[in-house]
Amino acid sequence: MTLTESALAGNRLSISRLLTQVENDSPEGRLALMELFPHTGKAHLIGVTGAPGTGKSSLVNQLTLHYRKQQNKRVAIIAVDPSSPFTGGAVLGDRVRMRDLSGDEGVFIRSMASRGSVGGLAQTTASFTQVFDAAGFDIIIIETVGAGQSEVDIARLAHTTIVVEAPGLGDDIQAIKAGILEIADILVVNKADRPGVENTERALRTTLELAHPTKRIFRHHGQTIAIDAPEVDSKIWIPPIHKTISTDGTGIAELAESIEKHKAHLHQSGDWAHRDRARLGSELEAVLQEELLNRFFDGIQKEKYNAIIESVLQRNISPYEAVILLLNGSSKQEKL
Amino acid sequence: MTDKKIRVLVAKPGLDGHDRGAKVVARALRDAGMEVIYTGLRQTPEMIAEAALQEDVDVVGLSILSGAHMALAPRILELLKANGQQDVKVFIGGIVPDEDTPRLKEMGITGIYGPGASTEDIVRDIREAIK
Repeated sequence: MTLTESALAGNRLSISRLLTQVENDSPEGRLALMELFPHTGKAHLIGVTGAPGTGKSSLVNQLTLHYRKQQNKRVAIIAVDPSSPFTGGAVLGDRVRMRDLSGDEGVFIRSMASRGSVGGLAQTTASFTQVFDAAGFDIIIIETVGAGQSEVDIARLAHTTIVVEAPGLGDDIQAIKAGILEIADILVVNKADRPGVENTERALRTTLELAHPTKRIFRHHGQTIAIDAPEVDSKIWIPPIHKTISTDGTGIAELAESIEKHKAHLHQSGDWAHRDRARLGSELEAVLQEELLNRFFDGIQKEKYNAIIESVLQRNISPYEAVILLLNGSSKQEKL
Repeated sequence: MTDKKIRVLVAKPGLDGHDRGAKVVARALRDAGMEVIYTGLRQTPEMIAEAALQEDVDVVGLSILSGAHMALAPRILELLKANGQQDVKVFIGGIVPDEDTPRLKEMGITGIYGPGASTEDIVRDIREAIK
């Protein structure tokens, strides 16, 4: 039995080894992804993002417990933490909050270092979801690195994106709302036992009310329908706000219900297919980009490339000209 | 394109609550470019083996200060083997009396480090062990 077959059959060691192959972008990993791809497309991908320390991991822990106990769904968790930009090393600590899940065969937790990616995920996170999807996990929860403003890649990957806030971040709310709040399908104010939770909730609600009209027009691809048109209203998903306490599980059942509603909404509105298309489209583009770059470097002499970098360093040519030179073999500077 | 990253599980089995040593080591391995999965305190051997399996690590580092190493280490080795991960190298840091060292090595523990061990030695030994 090949590693892929064994992973498809649910063998945990095989799944784990396959993930490593995929993460290291080995030829075996790529081959496996090709074989696994036809088996994908069934799982519900749930993204969990938010600032560091808002309780994302604890929330994932509780949500997974809920799915296991109430719905008997198989859950895979991909927990991404940052790699050091200097050494490439990483400390991946999300498992610390997920100890309740150990000993359960229906759960698979995999930590992932971002390895230089800046969008809140690692480059191969999307491929990881395909491995888990093919291996028969019903729900795949992707926890991003602690996110600031622009770590919004998760919205492209996940069907349902949960943005986690916590009280006491105060003015930070103002800073966050421009970027990350826009991608929320569901908002969670975690640590709801802490003082200031009402303020945080109010701030979020206000922000949503302001942002909402823009979203409508965005969603419907330039069909500038009047904002109060009723048939549009029924198709619009208004992100609910949930208060949770992830240390004791308060609010988790309601959150899970909202996630289910969002899934139903996606199917009903056609957004599920829409998002799938966008996701696979951007994945294709990323692979294409990488492949083209690799082919380009395979086809160019190192000396020539270094000489051109040197010219750029000397300020003889600009990077733009350098690219023309590299791609066409000539530019106006070449005659000089 | 990049080299395969060394993945290390740093775990604290047993009941003592002192994790400063484990954190120092985790940090040193990170600075040596390794990916460290940190699991926190009070892990059972079963939890550690399960985490090692899911994370497909090359190395498991155990921090044991409680004196229970002669019970915990063989159990963890056994579970790793049962899961098909007999290749995983296991290191112990903490308080281990000298007379236990030969027996632990015989069981299959790759390295043992007491107080005052240098993190550079640990990094070097890990790199050496998984070559």
